[in-house]
Amino acid sequence: MNIRLIWSVAKSLLLARWRQTMIAAIGVTFGITMFITLLSFMTGLNDLLDGLITNRTPHIRLYNEVQPNENQPIKLFYNSTNSLNFIHSLKPKNSLLRIYNYNAITEFLKNDERVLGFAPKITSQVFYNVGSVDLAGVINGIDVEAENKLFMFSDYVTDGNFMDLKYIPNSIILGKGLAEKMLANIGDVIQLTTGKGEQIKLKVVGFFQSGLMDFDKTQSFVTISSAQKMLGVSNNEITDIQIKLHNILDAPKLAKEYSKIFELNAIDIQTANAQFETGSSVRSLISYAVGITLLVVAGFGIYNILNMMIYEKMDSIAILKATGFSGKDVNTIFILIALSIGIFGGFLGLLGGFSLSYFIDQIPFNTAALPTIKTYPINYNPKFYVIGAVFSVITTYFAGFFPARKASKIDPVIIIRGK
Amino acid sequence: MENNQKIILEAINISKYFHDPLTIKVLNEVSFCMSKGDFVSIIGKSGCGKSTLLYILSTMDTDFEGDLKIDGISMKNKKGNYLAHIRNEKIGFVFQFHYLLNEFNVLKNVMLPGLKLNKKSYKEVEHDAYEKLKILGIEKEAFKMPNQLSGGQKQRVAIARSMINNPLIIMGDEPTGNLDKKNSEIVFNIFQELAHVYHQSLLIVTHDNEFASKTHRIIEMQDGKIIKSS
Repeated sequence: MNIRLIWSVAKSLLLARWRQTMIAAIGVTFGITMFITLLSFMTGLNDLLDGLITNRTPHIRLYNEVQPNENQPIKLFYNSTNSLNFIHSLKPKNSLLRIYNYNAITEFLKNDERVLGFAPKITSQVFYNVGSVDLAGVINGIDVEAENKLFMFSDYVTDGNFMDLKYIPNSIILGKGLAEKMLANIGDVIQLTTGKGEQIKLKVVGFFQSGLMDFDKTQSFVTISSAQKMLGVSNNEITDIQIKLHNILDAPKLAKEYSKIFELNAIDIQTANAQFETGSSVRSLISYAVGITLLVVAGFGIYNILNMMIYEKMDSIAILKATGFSGKDVNTIFILIALSIGIFGGFLGLLGGFSLSYFIDQIPFNTAALPTIKTYPINYNPKFYVIGAVFSVITTYFAGFFPARKASKIDPVIIIRGK
Repeated sequence: MENNQKIILEAINISKYFHDPLTIKVLNEVSFCMSKGDFVSIIGKSGCGKSTLLYILSTMDTDFEGDLKIDGISMKNKKGNYLAHIRNEKIGFVFQFHYLLNEFNVLKNVMLPGLKLNKKSYKEVEHDAYEKLKILGIEKEAFKMPNQLSGGQKQRVAIARSMINNPLIIMGDEPTGNLDKKNSEIVFNIFQELAHVYHQSLLIVTHDNEFASKTHRIIEMQDGKIIKSS
């Protein structure tokens, strides 16, 4: 088959009705533009909402829970296979919920290739004293650098410099909501009472805003060493190890593994936040569905226009066949017409999609819940562009398939006799 | 003339039925031969089946009984692609209506079947097309679009197109049917020139007896049969 000739015929047919061609192409362009914009925006939004949780949530958290010891003393005396011990009113022992073998765990995690990083943490219930009022809350002792690296701590410190926490002794970063309740400003000294009744004075160096209102009303941050001092524990005692993995999907498996090895409670992010995954997958499903619908509609537009073109060009098709073009040639001509509409329209659509999402990316979007976000979130994932391009070619191919087949079956005799 | 010439077209007992709305036998065992260089006309009243016969002979209509041989090869039970190739290479067609492609200029219209045959380079086909237009005296219109030409000129372009692959035979379906007296004469003279000077075989369906009388051989049809063949 002489493809150059076929192409030149297809081109002439296309350009002879360039307005129609343009309309068909614009249909595809519009479809692809909206497809890409929709997905970029939707995914951007998804990432943002997921980020609210995943940025702040470790993939695996290792901790000790308040629970009674499984090996009660009675076991030492009556431990036979044919007796059963009943203990009523069992209570847990009064001890800090600490992780004892912290250094060993650290060594292990450092050598585990699946682990991106980890940050130790020590949390404790405290009372913030505002005049005569005591506000219940939680204080977190963190390793500022590790926390920032893994959980983007700095993004959430809206006022003040987060590194001051490390450099200024006896300093604290308060949750924004908490600071408002306490009427505390940066530089102020506040007082809090630990669970054991000790009163401590700390200097406010910054405010923290996570976007989760309840969280911001109770939480505050100090360094690990300050926390250990406040709680009167030795400097290798912590309560939590927050682990980030290279692949978030490994979390449930690893959580089980670590729980066994370290004899600690381990919770993975999927279990802890089951709702967020469902939400984001449904949202992407909807955006894909809408995007593909748009493309299919554009495909029907092309189908219509090609069908019309075939009726208009009946004579030309008949004469091409009479002068020796085979049905296959005619078929190829119309497939080429459809594909060029698809490729041209699709290419413009990719550009359009990028421009529109870039435009949306510039629109200001300020919300108190999300301090780091200044404009609407857009995800410029090249995947969407590839899907868009492939899909535009596929839909136009199918839109052209049936009209082309019809054209290839036109009987020249009927057309020529009909005159 | 036909005795010592090679037979190029042979119709053997060709019958054809139309089934809609009733089954009618439009061609009834038509047989005839045509030799190289013949200038034959088929005449008959409208409805006698002469155009139907022509479409069968041109391989465009494959739904018939009997056999058709072009250049000694039977066209029965051949694939569409093969028939398209035969039409392209061996048959030139001129219709009542000119059937030029309005999307292409005159020269390209003439060139298309040549390009489709793909035996010569683009340049050579272009040269050939220009030569054919020259023979027909319309080389000045080569770069115009078909809709800028008069009816007579268009028909001459169509003839040039039918000649581009130097076909074994040129078939015409009422080629002068749409033209006025003067243009008809021009077209007829062209056919005659082709037959005499270039020894081109021609098979023309017409209801114009005057036209037919000037051809070498007249086949007269009535009710799907050949009633007279000179």
